Amino acid sequence: MVEKALFAIFMEGVFIKNFLIIQFLGLCSFVGVTKDFKSAAGMSGAVIFVMTMAATASYMIYTYILVPRSMEFLNLISFIVVIAALVQLVEFVVRKNIPSLYRSLGIFLPLITTNCAVLGVVLLNVLSEYNFIQSVVFGVAAGIGYTIVMLMMASIRERSTFVHVPSSIRGLPQAFFVATMLSLAFVNYFWVIPI
Amino acid sequence: MDPLSEYIRGITRDNPIFGLVLGLCPALAVTTSVENAIGMSAGTAFVLVCANIFISSLRKQIPAAVRLPIFIIVIATFVSIVDMIMEAYFPPMYAALGVFIPLIVVNCVIIGRAEAFANKNNVFYSFIDALGISTGFLLVLMLIGGIREILGTGQIVTFGYTLLSLPVNPSVTTMILPPGAFLTIGVLMAIVNYQRAKKRAKGG
Repeated sequence: MVEKALFAIFMEGVFIKNFLIIQFLGLCSFVGVTKDFKSAAGMSGAVIFVMTMAATASYMIYTYILVPRSMEFLNLISFIVVIAALVQLVEFVVRKNIPSLYRSLGIFLPLITTNCAVLGVVLLNVLSEYNFIQSVVFGVAAGIGYTIVMLMMASIRERSTFVHVPSSIRGLPQAFFVATMLSLAFVNYFWVIPI
Repeated sequence: MDPLSEYIRGITRDNPIFGLVLGLCPALAVTTSVENAIGMSAGTAFVLVCANIFISSLRKQIPAAVRLPIFIIVIATFVSIVDMIMEAYFPPMYAALGVFIPLIVVNCVIIGRAEAFANKNNVFYSFIDALGISTGFLLVLMLIGGIREILGTGQIVTFGYTLLSLPVNPSVTTMILPPGAFLTIGVLMAIVNYQRAKKRAKGG
């Protein structure tokens, strides 16, 4: 494989292959918890943490346990177990230390396990054959890209709550129209940042 | 419960995209063409049917406290099977769908049906439910894929056959890029909401 610069991997994770609006990974939380800024910020923090840890842990498991025993076919199952364990850990910490955030995130916190974005990072790391450092950088970058878009989306939606729209557009369709605009902007990073 | 109405319910009221609003990621990501939409729906349908049958036949043995981890392991097993079959027999399709085949494992539709339906009903109805939901998923994905493909490329080509071709080429390439997916589903959802509101107003 071609050795990619770390900066290139970072920019790719944050902008060019932005998980939410270019790759469509993790859309449930994108439309689910962006109704107010605070939950979006809390969710993003949890996702950055889980993504980074999952990228690290899954690299270790894949390289040192699965590959030497040629059990790569078990990768999906072992990754999902790792992610589930990490999410459980985050849930304990958030519930103990920030109970108000725990209540506002509700069902979406345990659902990080089935957030495609986290499993997506892990699988893309394996597909692109990244080494350890590259995997971790990609994990962090994907988390930051997720955060940027979540915060932008939450701010826009918070301010547009009082905009008068037809009742059938209110809610999800409105969120998708905002996402269209954001996505139009992000698609063009492909031309702006040559890698 | 009557099997036919259970089947129809998966297409209309409990439609995975417009009714339950689950499984949005694949519905937007792989719907650049009708062909990809069919491939994705076939993979999802296989996993959904197998997982629903498996879980409903074991529903009395699965302890409630650890049911979610068990569901995920069952689903992950069937997804691994789909992944290997697609890679071996349909390599072009596998390349086009990429990371979204293994990601079926975190498709909320499947675990949602396991939790909400298969865990409470017998094998036959779980099978019917899975079929209905899969059909609903297929129809919506084909609709989104069709709209995006016809506006983006001017024609619909599926498995080598040209199904539909516009006399003029609109080539709004944005439609097959990510923004087109958001726009299409936003418009479709607004239409569905509008129809539902109209029906409600008439009924009440």
